[in-house]
Amino acid sequence: MIDWVWLIPLFPAAGFLVNGLFGRWMNFDKRVVAWTACSALGLSFVFSVLVFFSLLQLAPEARAAVPDRVLFDWIVSGDFRAVVGYKVDPLSIIMALVVSGVSFFIHIYSVGYMHDDPGFTRYFAFLNLFVFMMLTLVLANNFLLMFVGWEGVGLCSYLLIGFWFDRDAPANAGKKAFVVNRIGDFGFLVGIFLIFAHLGTVEFTGVFAKASTLDTTTVTIITLMLFLGAAGKSAQIPLYVWLPDAMEGPTPVSSLIHAATMVTSGVYMIARCHVLYTMAPITMATVAIVGAATAIFAASMGLLQFDIKRVLAYSTISQLGYMFLAVGVGAFSAGIFHLMTHAFFKGLLFLGAGSVMHAMSGELDMRNMGGIWKRIPITFWTFVIATLAIAGIPGLAGFFSKDEILWQTYNSGHRYLWLVGAAAAGMTAFYMFRLLFVTFLGKCRASDEVKKHIHESPAIMTIPLIVLAVLSVIGGYVGIPHVLGGRNFFDEFLAPVLGGPPLGSGGHTAFSLVRPAFAAGGLAEEHGFNMEIMLMAVSVAIAVIGIGIAFYLYLWKTEVPKRLGERLKGLYRLVFNKYYVDELYEACFVTSTKRLGTFLWREFDDGVIDRSVNLVARLMLGIAGVLRRIQSGRVQGYALGIILGAVIIILFLIR
Amino acid sequence: MNLVTTQVTVMDLIVIAPALVLTGCALVILLLSAFVPTGRRGFLGYCAVAGVVAAMASLLWGNDGAQSGFNGMVQRDPFALFFTVIIGIITLLTILASLGYARREGIDFGEYYVLILFASVGMMLMAAGGNFLIIFLGLEVMSIAIYVLAGIMRDDARSVEAAFKYFLLGAFASAFFLYGIALIYASTGTFDLTGINRVFTEQSSIRILPIVITGLALLIVGFGFKIALVPFHMWTPDVYEGAPTTITAFMATGVKAAAFAAFVRVFWHALPQLQPYWVEIMWVLAVATMTVGNIIALVQTNIKRMLAYSSIAHAGYILVAFVAGNQLGAASILFYLLAYCFMNIGAFTVVILLGKKGEERTLISDYAGVGSRHPLLAAAMAIFMFSLAGVPPTAGFMAKLYVFSTAIQAGYYWLAVIGVLNSAVAAYYYLRVLIYVYFREQEGESPITQFAPAAVLVVVISAWGVLHLGVLPSAFFAMAQRSIQFLR
Repeated sequence: MIDWVWLIPLFPAAGFLVNGLFGRWMNFDKRVVAWTACSALGLSFVFSVLVFFSLLQLAPEARAAVPDRVLFDWIVSGDFRAVVGYKVDPLSIIMALVVSGVSFFIHIYSVGYMHDDPGFTRYFAFLNLFVFMMLTLVLANNFLLMFVGWEGVGLCSYLLIGFWFDRDAPANAGKKAFVVNRIGDFGFLVGIFLIFAHLGTVEFTGVFAKASTLDTTTVTIITLMLFLGAAGKSAQIPLYVWLPDAMEGPTPVSSLIHAATMVTSGVYMIARCHVLYTMAPITMATVAIVGAATAIFAASMGLLQFDIKRVLAYSTISQLGYMFLAVGVGAFSAGIFHLMTHAFFKGLLFLGAGSVMHAMSGELDMRNMGGIWKRIPITFWTFVIATLAIAGIPGLAGFFSKDEILWQTYNSGHRYLWLVGAAAAGMTAFYMFRLLFVTFLGKCRASDEVKKHIHESPAIMTIPLIVLAVLSVIGGYVGIPHVLGGRNFFDEFLAPVLGGPPLGSGGHTAFSLVRPAFAAGGLAEEHGFNMEIMLMAVSVAIAVIGIGIAFYLYLWKTEVPKRLGERLKGLYRLVFNKYYVDELYEACFVTSTKRLGTFLWREFDDGVIDRSVNLVARLMLGIAGVLRRIQSGRVQGYALGIILGAVIIILFLIR
Repeated sequence: MNLVTTQVTVMDLIVIAPALVLTGCALVILLLSAFVPTGRRGFLGYCAVAGVVAAMASLLWGNDGAQSGFNGMVQRDPFALFFTVIIGIITLLTILASLGYARREGIDFGEYYVLILFASVGMMLMAAGGNFLIIFLGLEVMSIAIYVLAGIMRDDARSVEAAFKYFLLGAFASAFFLYGIALIYASTGTFDLTGINRVFTEQSSIRILPIVITGLALLIVGFGFKIALVPFHMWTPDVYEGAPTTITAFMATGVKAAAFAAFVRVFWHALPQLQPYWVEIMWVLAVATMTVGNIIALVQTNIKRMLAYSSIAHAGYILVAFVAGNQLGAASILFYLLAYCFMNIGAFTVVILLGKKGEERTLISDYAGVGSRHPLLAAAMAIFMFSLAGVPPTAGFMAKLYVFSTAIQAGYYWLAVIGVLNSAVAAYYYLRVLIYVYFREQEGESPITQFAPAAVLVVVISAWGVLHLGVLPSAFFAMAQRSIQFLR
C-alpha cells in the first residue's frame, strides 16, 4: 500500500486540472465542480488513511526506514540529481492525514459558503491546487521538491487571498503576502544551495546521513537560512505582517491555508530537518526565542482587535509561535502535536467565524454583534468547544499539546521562555473568551435589517463544524502524557523519525548540565513528574484567570473596558494599532525601496541602459544599411567575393 | 590502395543501403509519373514519403559499430548514421511540407520528388564518404539536383534567376573545391581520408608545403560556399528568396547539414595535423559569418531573405564549435544541426502555410494579425522564432548553450562573447516577426481558408522536436557525443 503514496497528491492535482481546465470552458454545473473537488480530496484522505495503517503494521523502527517512493528523475545534471519522489514515514503521514483530512471538511464547508459566488469553479480549482502543493510539500523526499510545494502553496495563498481581485484590499493583501514570503523563500533557497554545496545532495536521507560531516558554523548558517524561510511561511517575527492582512480572502481559505495547514509548514520543515537543527544550538535558541516572542507579541495584539477574523489571525500567529518554541527547545514531536490539534480547533474557529458572517450578512466587527447564540446554536456550541480547546482547558485537545510544549520548555531549562509561554496562554484565554462573549452573548447590537436575517448555516456547513469540534475534543487523546497515566502514542509514533522525547523525563541530554539534580535517576523522575503536574496546574490557573478577566470585562462590567481604555490611552492606542509595525516597515523598507527603484528606473535604466541600447541599435541598423549595398544581386559581384575570400585565405595561410 | 574490386559484398550493400533504397524509389517514381494522371500526382509524394521511411528502416540492417564498404570509400560509422538520420528527417519533413505546396504552385511533377530524393542520396553520400571522390560525388549529386529544384517554377522569373545564379556560382565553387582536392592528392598521393591522415602523420615535413596550404584554403572555400560562410555567402539570400519555399527549407537545412558533415569529417579526420593553420582562419570566418549574417538580417523585410541571413548567422555559430575543436565541440555541432533542422523547417513550413499561390505574402508585414486569426499556427511560429533566437526552453537555446560553453572550455572567450552578443542582435529580427504576428492589426482581407494537413503535421513535429530537444536534451547530446567518438 505504501507504494501507492503518490496517489495522495495525485487526486487533488487531477481535480485541479479537471475544474481548472474544463470547468469554465465546458460550463460545469456547480454540483459537478463541487463533487469533483470534494471527491478528489475524499480519495486523497482515504489513501492517506490506508497508507497510515500500512505503516502502522510495520515495526516501529522500520517505519522511519521505508524506502522513498521515487517516481522519476526530475533534474539530472552532472553531480546534481533531483527526483520526484515521496517519503513515507510517521512524520510525513501525520502531516498528510491532517492536511487531507482537514482540507476535505473545509472543501465540503466551502460548497455551502461559496455557493453564490460567481468564481465558484475558480475557487475550487485553486483550493485543489493548494492541497496538491501542500501534499507535495509534506510528502517530498528531497529539499527541491519540497521547495516546489513550498512555492506552490505560496502561489495558491496569493491567488486565494486575492480571490476577489476586483477589490483593492484583497489584491493588495495578496501582494503583501507574496512579497513578504519571498524574503523567507530567499532564505530557504540559500539554505538548499548551501546544503547542496556542502553535502552534494538534496535528498533528505542523504543529507541527514551526511550531516555529521558539517562543521558547526556551516550548519548554523544553513539552519538559520532555513528558519528564515520558515519564519516567512509560518508568519513569525519579523515576517508575520502578511498574515493578518491575508484575512481578506474567503473565510474557508483563512481556515485552511492561513490557520490549519500552509502556515504550519515552517514547523514541519524544521521538524523534518531536526537532525540539522539539533547540531546547531545557536539556531535552536534563536528559534525558541523568536517563537516565544511571537507567541506573546501576537497574543497581545489580539487583545484589542474588533474584527473577528483578525483576532483569530493574531491568535494563529501566536499559536505558531508556540510551535516554534517547541521545536526550538528540541521538543519536535510536541510541536507537531500542537500543529495537529491547532489545525482542528483553529480550522474550526475560522469556519465558525465564517458561519457567523454568513448569519450576520457578512459582518465582521464584533461590536455589531452580540446575543446571537440562540439563533445559531450549532455554530455557537462548536465555537465554544474550540475556544475551550485553544484556551487550554483540561480534557480538550489544546490542553494536551500546549501543556506538553510548556512542560518541555521548562524541562529543557528555558524557564524564562516558559514564563513567556504561560503569559501568552493567559492572554490567549482572555482574548478568545472576549471574542466569544462579545460575539455571541450579551445584548444584540446589530442593525434591525441584519437582525431579521440571522439564521443558522445549512447542514453542509454545520457538519464540518461538528466533525472538527469532535476532533478538537478527542484529538488530544493520542498524546496523553505519561504523568497523567497515558502512553503518549503520538510521541511514540513519531519517535523513530524525531528520536523520541528528546529532553524528556530522563534529562540525559546536554541540558542536564542546567539541571544536574534531575539527571540523578529515579528520584529525579519522581521530582519531574510532580513538577510537570504542578506546571500544568499553573497554566490551567492562568487560563482560568484570563477567562475570568474576560468575563468580568465583557459580560459583567461592560462599561469598564471603555474607561480602562481611556485611562491607558497611550498603551491602548499602541496595542490597538499593532505597535505600528506595519507603519514602521512601510517607512523603513517599502518607501526607501520604492525610492531606490524609481531612481534606478529613471536615472539608470532610462538614462544609461536604454539610451546605450538605442544607440547600439541605431548603429547596427546603420551598418546593416551599408552592408546590404554589397548585396547587389549581380552574380559577377558575388563571384568576385568568392575569389577575394579565397585569395585572402591563401595569403593569410601562406604568409 | 586497390580501387578495383569486382565483387560487391553484402557489407558494401549494407553501407549504402539507405542511398540505394532512395535511388530505387526515385526511379520508380520517375517511371510512375509517366502514368499517373495530372489530378492524382499527390500519390507520387506519398511514394516518396514511403521511400524515405524505407530508407530509414534499412538502417536497421547491420549493427551499430563502425563499418565501411567499397574498400573504405563509404563509411557507416555512428557519425555517418547520425547524419543519415538527420538528412532522412529533413527529407521526410520537406516532402510532407511539399504535398500541399507543390500542388498549389503547380510544381507537383514526379520529377520534383525524384530530385529531392536524389539530392538526399547525395547528402547521405557526403556524410558517409571516407574518400574525397565520394564526397565530391555526393556534393555534385546533391548540388545538381538542387540547382534544378531551385528553378523548378519555370514561369517564375525569380525562381529561374535563383537557379541560374546558384548554378553559376556553385559550379565556380565546385571548381575551387575540386582543385583543393587535387592539390591535397598531389601532395599525399591518395584520396582516402584515413590515408591522407597517415601521410601527414608519418611525414610531418610536408605539412608546411605551400601546395598543401593552398589545397587547404581551397577546400575551405568549397565548403564555405555550400555552408554559406561570409564572404562566400552572397548567393544565399537571392537563391533562398527565389527558390520554392520548400526547397529553400531543404537547402537551408539539408545542404548545410551534409556540407558540415563532410567538412567535419575532412578537417578533423583527414587534416587534424593542419589544425594550427586552419583554426585562426575559422575563427575569423566564424566572427564574420555570425556578424554579417545577423546585421544584414536586421533590415530585411522579406521573411525568406531574413531566414536566409539567419541561416548564415547560424552557420557562424556552428563554426564557433568547429573552432573550439574538442570532443564536446564536435558533439555540439551535431546537436546544433539537429536542433536547427527542426526549428528552420518549422519556420519555413509556417511561411508555406501562410503563403498563397504565386509566392505572395512573404513580407514580414504580411504576418500582421496572424496571432488572432490562426492562434495555434502563430504559437508554433513563436516557438520557432524563440528557438532561432535562442530562448529557453527551446532546442535553439540548448544548442547555443552547448556551442558557447564548448568555446569557453577550449579557451576561446572572445569568440563566445562575440557569439553571445550576436545572439542578442539576432533577437531583434526574430522577435520583430512575432510583433507583427501578435501586436499588429491586419489590413485587408484574410484569404487563407484551409491548410494542407501534411504541412500542419510538419509544423507539429517540428514544434515537438524543438521543445523536446530544449527540455530534455541530454539523451540527444549523449547520442551526438557517441557519434563523434569514431571520428578520431
